Amino acid sequence: MTPPVTLIVNGEPRTVEAPPFATLADTLREGLHLTGTKVGCEAGDCGACTVLLDGEQVCACLVPTAQADGRAVTTIEGSDPAGLIDRLREAFLARGAAQCGICTPAMILAAADGLRRDPRPDRASVEDAIGGVLCRCTGYVAIVDAVMDVARGANALAPQAGAGAAVGARIARVDGRAKVAGTDRFGADHQPADALWLRLVRSPHAAARVTIGDLAPVLAHHPGLVRILTARDIPGENSFGVFPHLKDQPVLADGRVRMRGDPVAALVGTRAAVEGCPDADLPVRYEVQPALTGVAAALEAGAPALHAAVPDNVLTRGRLARGDVALGHAAGAATAEGRFETAFVEHAYIEPEAGYARRVGDRIEVTACTQAPVMDQEDVARVLGLPLSSVRIVPTACGGGFGGKLDISLQPILAVAAWLTRRPVRMVYTRIESMASTTKRHPARISARMSADAAGHFTAFEMEGDFNTGAYASWGPTVANRVPVHAPGPYRVAHVRNRTRAVYTNDTPAGAFRGFGVPQATIAAETLIDDLAERLGLDRWTIRRRNALDHGDTTASGQVLHASAGLPRCLDALRDDFFALEKTAAAANAGGPRRRRGVGIACMWYGCGNTSMSNPSRMRIALGPDGSLTFLNGAVDIGQGSSTVLLQIAADALGLAPDRFRSVVGDTDLTYDAGKTSASRQTFVSGNAARLAGESLRARILALANAGPGARLILEGARLTIADGEASRSLDLAALPVDETGAVLAGEGWYDPPTTALDADGQGIPYATYGFAAQVAEVEVDTQLGTVRVRRIVAAHDVGRAINPTLVEGQIHGGIAQGLGLALMEEFIPGRTENLHDYLIPTAGDMPEIDVRIIEDPDPEGPYGAKGVGEPALVATAPAILGAIRHATGARLTRVPVLPHRLHAALHAREAAE
Amino acid sequence: MRYFRPTSLADALAIRREHAVTVLAGGTDVYPAAATRRAWGDPSHPDILDISGLAELRGIADEGDHWRIGALATWTDLIRADLPPLLDGLKAAGRAVGGVQIQNRGTLVGNACTASPAGDGIPNLLALDAAFAVSGREVAARDFFTGYRATAVGPHDLVTAIRIPKRPGRGHFEKLGARRYLVISIAMTGLAVETDPGGRIVQARIAVGACAALARRLPALEADLAGLPLAEAPGLVAERHLAGLSPIDDVRASAAYRMAAARTLVADALAHLAGHPVARAA
Repeated sequence: MTPPVTLIVNGEPRTVEAPPFATLADTLREGLHLTGTKVGCEAGDCGACTVLLDGEQVCACLVPTAQADGRAVTTIEGSDPAGLIDRLREAFLARGAAQCGICTPAMILAAADGLRRDPRPDRASVEDAIGGVLCRCTGYVAIVDAVMDVARGANALAPQAGAGAAVGARIARVDGRAKVAGTDRFGADHQPADALWLRLVRSPHAAARVTIGDLAPVLAHHPGLVRILTARDIPGENSFGVFPHLKDQPVLADGRVRMRGDPVAALVGTRAAVEGCPDADLPVRYEVQPALTGVAAALEAGAPALHAAVPDNVLTRGRLARGDVALGHAAGAATAEGRFETAFVEHAYIEPEAGYARRVGDRIEVTACTQAPVMDQEDVARVLGLPLSSVRIVPTACGGGFGGKLDISLQPILAVAAWLTRRPVRMVYTRIESMASTTKRHPARISARMSADAAGHFTAFEMEGDFNTGAYASWGPTVANRVPVHAPGPYRVAHVRNRTRAVYTNDTPAGAFRGFGVPQATIAAETLIDDLAERLGLDRWTIRRRNALDHGDTTASGQVLHASAGLPRCLDALRDDFFALEKTAAAANAGGPRRRRGVGIACMWYGCGNTSMSNPSRMRIALGPDGSLTFLNGAVDIGQGSSTVLLQIAADALGLAPDRFRSVVGDTDLTYDAGKTSASRQTFVSGNAARLAGESLRARILALANAGPGARLILEGARLTIADGEASRSLDLAALPVDETGAVLAGEGWYDPPTTALDADGQGIPYATYGFAAQVAEVEVDTQLGTVRVRRIVAAHDVGRAINPTLVEGQIHGGIAQGLGLALMEEFIPGRTENLHDYLIPTAGDMPEIDVRIIEDPDPEGPYGAKGVGEPALVATAPAILGAIRHATGARLTRVPVLPHRLHAALHAREAAE
Repeated sequence: MRYFRPTSLADALAIRREHAVTVLAGGTDVYPAAATRRAWGDPSHPDILDISGLAELRGIADEGDHWRIGALATWTDLIRADLPPLLDGLKAAGRAVGGVQIQNRGTLVGNACTASPAGDGIPNLLALDAAFAVSGREVAARDFFTGYRATAVGPHDLVTAIRIPKRPGRGHFEKLGARRYLVISIAMTGLAVETDPGGRIVQARIAVGACAALARRLPALEADLAGLPLAEAPGLVAERHLAGLSPIDDVRASAAYRMAAARTLVADALAHLAGHPVARAA
């Protein structure tokens, strides 16, 4: 059954026992423990498993091990005779081309294959070479740049930052070396030798009563199965959820399933047994019930309740009211209105959920990919019925998150299985399982109305939005509360009334996704602004500039922006581009060609941190007796670069170079709670905690030396010199007393952004600071085929202070890619697009040229002036693209994604109307 | 599950006769199908006949009056082969399939045998009047594809090669998808056009894919174009020429859109051959 095969892996013959049909990816990873080769889809859709087979790139998930027998396999752990792979590693580091790093091994190998065949490529042929590998983080821009650098023989090394010069430096990400080497360990890369495996049996039905019969015969028939877990095996509460009062999602279905993909049982045993036992062998009986698909069905009178506590299926209502909208509309010279519709959007991180759990005495440890280790800890404790201190969460490298890994996925069931069997238990979601069962962006139906006076000043904005939150609450309340604050956009509007509802349905749960509902609402507002500009005879840039929130202005929630309100500067930074591109478009469109150019513009704002909620972060820096300097950082880096940014801040606050530090990231036994990696909060919130920790340690050191604030620190082994002119002094760290953590000196910092509760009208200070942006999009529309090519995006973002400009640009590039997908191609339909060939995300060939303009309007409250940038670039992208399509064709699209057939229909409707 | 990897065609045919096997060459269709079943709790898999060890199925060869494309020839083999302009469409289809990884593994014969309505190789094979070598007999492309994911390949058969008759003329392929790489076609066309020295069409053979359960030739259009200047051909493509198509609504596009897109793609392809390539927006 498992004959030995010999693969020539990275030049070495490696003999391994593997079934002939086992994929090469599986044999490399599980047989040879070469985990640098990643598995993202097992279908050739994502390319993450790309290796070179006899020198040519292939998807290792599509190659039978039998066919690789005797052949040369190059993986990321290896190199090539020409040295291309090693040069690409350096170029990826320097350019910030690896963010989460899950696609990086494949990208490097695909690029090496391309460069070997075409050593002097242009950008298009680089795109051809890497076109079979999906990246969800970078927007491909930095990747193509890095490959071009290598092709030109011009790849430079990333700069180093000296003491006190880290903030603002483009240093390489601190976890980057492991990512380009393929040694960073993601959820599926932890392989405890004696682990059992777990597979969830999931409901194929969206709504059903479910009964499970006698499982003993199944266990007898499948000897490798150790346990089959059902709801009654859960030691504690069989429920989890984001909010303490909304633990509405069962770990295993208890009599009822509410969505396709709801887990009903867990098979635990050998890998062969859990993978080989068909669901059909289990005595699971479904009594299928009509499913509530979409918000309208769930809101109908008499619709069954998804959850008994919410009889009308309305999970949350959000509200904001300011002034008198009727008065505001009456004061307008023009009023625009519209109805807008968006789809479920899948995060499509390239790493499916994976990890393992093990029981250590009376404690449980869960090692898995996550964005929120302490939230995982709380829910695992709840499900096991253990105190919080008995649960340790060890985050692995996270292969993309974007909000999708804020929620619990496999953590509690792994913990239950490991707890009960007292064996390590592993699990890796399949791509389809990940897509079918985990959260999405909320589909929205929005009605909005906006007025402006003759000079274009906005006088009123109102909107009502229904957000399909799916079968479970997840982050539905967050979306319902964040949207009313942001919906009018970053503009002065005196009269506002916004109302939202998050509605339960039998669809896939919608949760957190980069922007928490704001991207959907921004499509509505920005379209209405274009309407108003048209009616008032104003250009689209001027109307935005005239209303842009500025220093001293008051927001719709009544908050006065005392500082860091850089939207006017953002708009000014791309004014010339906007008007020049409008001219170019007019020239290109002269004579009525089939392919028409268009230009669009949109603005956005985004509150950093949780809405009107305490969301503190605590950081620690410890100096050991041997001179080791450790940054204990509980903020999970999901690829965006928080490990690097926070270190840069901490390093400058302390006054030592970042490369002197060792980082410990996000282990709940070793680090404090830094809060979730979400809401664009880590740079701002944890950044302040990191700054305070650095300052605190520095103050202690200076106090010991009785040195002035300007003293320079020099750390050489266990000797710490405090250089302060004449009054320099050295400390022998080894001679200092050691505290219970092994440190001789430590500094801690705690920060919670200052906000206030919102009143019944949504008035208050929901966020301590806001990011602002304006983006221009240039598109070309094929009016016969209804296809859209985004040619160029100019993105001006006020980030307060760019702690690491390369990482800031990376966030903007990646956000633009996701915004482009939202606008043009991404639509998750439960049961229909639950893989990466029916659900499309942008490839390397779909990206526009991107011109990033970083605006720094520092926030005195931010660390070194910085604000968050994780979510903003996504928000402004789709409305700018829609505006550009409209400018090109006259078609006002109110539903995304604008698939070719939808644009084609809109163009025809317009033709017919004319 | 058994896994057979014979080294002679005779052995392979014997295995095919004796066992119900799935034939595997590059694996680009077999593994995704298995992954889909497995994700919803069906780990079953038929026995595998891996034909990659059959040397006689490799290669692309000039065999006098036709080109022989072996069953193991990959898209990359096709792209890199020195072939006449008649086969340009086939090469273009290869470059439009998946990404380079898929092109390096997937085979033209496998693409044809899967017989997906969206199989990028199939319209070209129809337009080229290709023939399949099926267990020693020859089956014309028009008879090979029998329905939705159905072919004339019997349970005991193996397709060993495709033969493409040498003819004058040039081929072309146009594909429409919602993104640049790794995309299943919304609609596509493969065609081969022979012109006389004066630029008049001697014969046009045009097929459209992803617009019916299987790819279709457009006989009415082919008839109308015969004898006309190629330069005028793009403007003549009319709705009635697409009468044989019966597209469906799916997650990628509506049926009505597919009809309109097919018409545009065919016109664009003719324009390309007439020397006026149309750069598309996506």
